[in-house]
Amino acid sequence: MIINSSEKVVVGAFLPYFCVLFKLYSINIMAKSGLLKSSIAKKVAMALSGLFLMLFLAQHFFINMTSVFSESVFNSISHFMGNNPLVQFVIQPILIVGVIFHFIMGFVLNIQNNNARPISYASYNGAANASWASRNMIISGSVILAFLGLHFYDFWVPEMAYKYVEFGPLNETRYFHELAEKFESPVRTALYCISFVLLSLHLQHGFSSSFQSIGANNKFSKGLQGFGLGFAIIIPLGFVFVALFHHFNH
Amino acid sequence: MKLTLKIWRQKNAQDKGAMVDYKIDGIEPDMSFLEMLDVFNEQQINAGGDPVAFDHDCREGICGMCSLFINGEAHGPDRGVTTCQLHMRMFKDGDTITIEPFRSVAFPVVKDLVVNRSSFDRIQHAGGFISVNTSGNTIDANTIPVNKVDADHAFDAATCIGCGACVASCKNGSAMLFVGAKVSQYALLPQGKIEATERVLNMVKQMDEEGFGNCTNTGACEVECPKGISLENIARMNREYLSASMKG
Repeated sequence: MIINSSEKVVVGAFLPYFCVLFKLYSINIMAKSGLLKSSIAKKVAMALSGLFLMLFLAQHFFINMTSVFSESVFNSISHFMGNNPLVQFVIQPILIVGVIFHFIMGFVLNIQNNNARPISYASYNGAANASWASRNMIISGSVILAFLGLHFYDFWVPEMAYKYVEFGPLNETRYFHELAEKFESPVRTALYCISFVLLSLHLQHGFSSSFQSIGANNKFSKGLQGFGLGFAIIIPLGFVFVALFHHFNH
Repeated sequence: MKLTLKIWRQKNAQDKGAMVDYKIDGIEPDMSFLEMLDVFNEQQINAGGDPVAFDHDCREGICGMCSLFINGEAHGPDRGVTTCQLHMRMFKDGDTITIEPFRSVAFPVVKDLVVNRSSFDRIQHAGGFISVNTSGNTIDANTIPVNKVDADHAFDAATCIGCGACVASCKNGSAMLFVGAKVSQYALLPQGKIEATERVLNMVKQMDEEGFGNCTNTGACEVECPKGISLENIARMNREYLSASMKG
């Protein structure tokens, strides 16, 4: 399929808005049909969207790691991801919808949960029976949301502008330098690293919690918890490593 | 023991209520927490004050009537016990103890530390039962074989006394451990399978209508449950619910 320039402008410029509108429309449909009416349906929806986003994180992790070992491999993969129609016009919108859905549902659930206890306790010892990460998903999630805003501003917006507004020439070697350039700033590097710590905390609860939510508390749970903890530490640590590597090496 | 008590006082359901500080003396470490409150009330009455209202019945940890949120935890700092089985040796001389009612929009305060937990009854009425012929031809439950593992899990779920500590402890005010236990207790047994689909759909619907919050799997309920009801029951309810939703 060949897409001409004017069509690219329309698709590229309005893609995020289409995604948001589609998301709001689909939440509306689901709420009206009763699909997301029950508390269990909501937690299953949160779990599935979370698991989907974790898959995305894993592939993002592997692509980022290539930048440490090989400039050319990183450029090739980035060029493929940035220009493959399936990735650009199918997978990317699905991902944006998944992110928006997870955040909107997270805030909706938090508001409902606050309403379930209109008078707070004078003394509430949450640390006595639950981890900080599990009790503060809304805080770690909000930091991740703020980080995503910065991350989109840093990489996604310039990329969309380059391809669909400025019609920049196809340049397979530009990606590595764009990445390295971003991490020259110590402030940005620090913000990224702090966000990855919060991402780690979010994943530490989110991974095993997803399986519990979809009803998978069984003989595999202990193994899944171990895998989840490893995932929650290794993936963000990898992101921190990549950010610091480019900060100190370029 | 000399103690400072910070107790939630509320005249009735309409009253705004507030925490009030009291000093108490002459408490023995071997007293139960409720006995300490009995002594406190005696002193209050002798001094012409209003005794504090609190729920209690069997005082043996099996009826689920006592509640209380003590120093930030349901049934206090001890594990696997209800407030009536909590002893004053868990506290030190000179301690300040905060005593509040179980907080939930579905557990409205009646007076002081007494809350109305009939929302749990309504959830039970929605599906927490099996239909049995009681016309004189009742079939003995033992005629249907049940494997030991399922029987044990069902029994563990059935030990839930419905005290509401799970709701009180949960930062979201979720009742999923209670409902999970009640759903599991029947879902695991052959007698419960006949009404399994309607049971879980109706009980979860009622739970949501009562205004309980959404479970985020913090696990606080499991830790604070005086009967050690496991989070596995919530996962089983989720499975039952998903399966029932597909059917019906």
